[in-house]
Amino acid sequence: MNPVRKRRLYLALFLLLAVSGTTAALMVALEQNINMFFPPADVVAGVAPTETPIRAGGMVLEGSVVRDPGSLGVEFVLTDRAGAEFTVAFEGILPDLFREGQGIIVQGELKEDGLFAAREVLAKHDENYMPPELMDIAGHQNQGADS
Amino acid sequence: MSFTSSIKTLWHKLGSPRWFYQMSGPWVIGFGIAALVLLGVGAVWALGFAPPDYQQGNSFRIMYVHVPAAMVAQSIYMSMGVAGLVLFVWRMKLADVAIAACLPLGMVLTALALFSGGVWGKPTWGTWWEWDGRTVSTLVLLFLFIGIYALREAIEDAGLKARASALVAMIGTINIPIIKYSVEWWHTLHQPASFTLTEKPAMPPEMYLPLLVMVLGMYAFAGHNIISRMRNQILVRESRTHWVREAMATGG
Repeated sequence: MNPVRKRRLYLALFLLLAVSGTTAALMVALEQNINMFFPPADVVAGVAPTETPIRAGGMVLEGSVVRDPGSLGVEFVLTDRAGAEFTVAFEGILPDLFREGQGIIVQGELKEDGLFAAREVLAKHDENYMPPELMDIAGHQNQGADS
Repeated sequence: MSFTSSIKTLWHKLGSPRWFYQMSGPWVIGFGIAALVLLGVGAVWALGFAPPDYQQGNSFRIMYVHVPAAMVAQSIYMSMGVAGLVLFVWRMKLADVAIAACLPLGMVLTALALFSGGVWGKPTWGTWWEWDGRTVSTLVLLFLFIGIYALREAIEDAGLKARASALVAMIGTINIPIIKYSVEWWHTLHQPASFTLTEKPAMPPEMYLPLLVMVLGMYAFAGHNIISRMRNQILVRESRTHWVREAMATGG
């Protein structure tokens, strides 16, 4: 390779390395600040701030979903399956994947009385897809897992 | 002829737009036919015959558009980054032609991936858009495509235009591993990958085979689209040369 091209190649590699390094440093720094959701234990223990917009997550407790027959209002309990649970009130359309046992993230405000008033309910799903017939054969063993 | 010397010959030939133009005619037709067949068969198979998902029902079929669009958009960006390096170091004219040809389809496919992701996210997650690692890094990819396009429109001088866009294309490749690993590095709403070229897919064959056909079809379409654009660019840039006039006169 002639020297001019060699110099340009080194310059290109140096630039790539320098920018990668900067980006990596930035991401590591930001990771500390990523505003993840509060688990049920934090909500119950009072770690999560009240009357201010936050995210909280947990699993929908089986048998806890109460729908208001006259409106879109719904109340349900989010649990970590380790004793901590809190009640969420929401008014609006729930995502298709909302069901008992499903992993859910709620956005809204935690009230002083411990009720979580959600503005938004998000359902997480996993990367596994399966036809319904195969799912029946599998015996519902995946359903209710943290998906 | 040894292997290294044949690589060297190919390298020198690639430096000649004329050689590329004369070789690539059949490629355009081949990729075009492959794209038509694969995307046609894949779409009917995916939308009509693949079984619905046990949790999401039919809305999971959006995957058959979303995954090919996102995969091919990232591959196009990677090729553009490699072309950028080749242009930056060796000043190969064909590499600049390739960068210019990659931009429109890359932009459209990234936008399609974001849009189909929103349409899929609304019924399943319950939101059109969430600021998580995967969605934001894909948005950055769209801005990179748009940015390089705008940069090329803004610079008049051909040499400077080529070098500037090559540099941005090259450095922007850092975003590609970020997109790929975002779902593993951070807690995101987006699920991890179900379908990669290297691992066993997380779904049964009657679901992933149509997806594979759609992905291959999208790659074939990208080949068709990008090579056609490169050929047009070559004709425009070399319009004053003898061989282009001759090719135009004979209709080839």
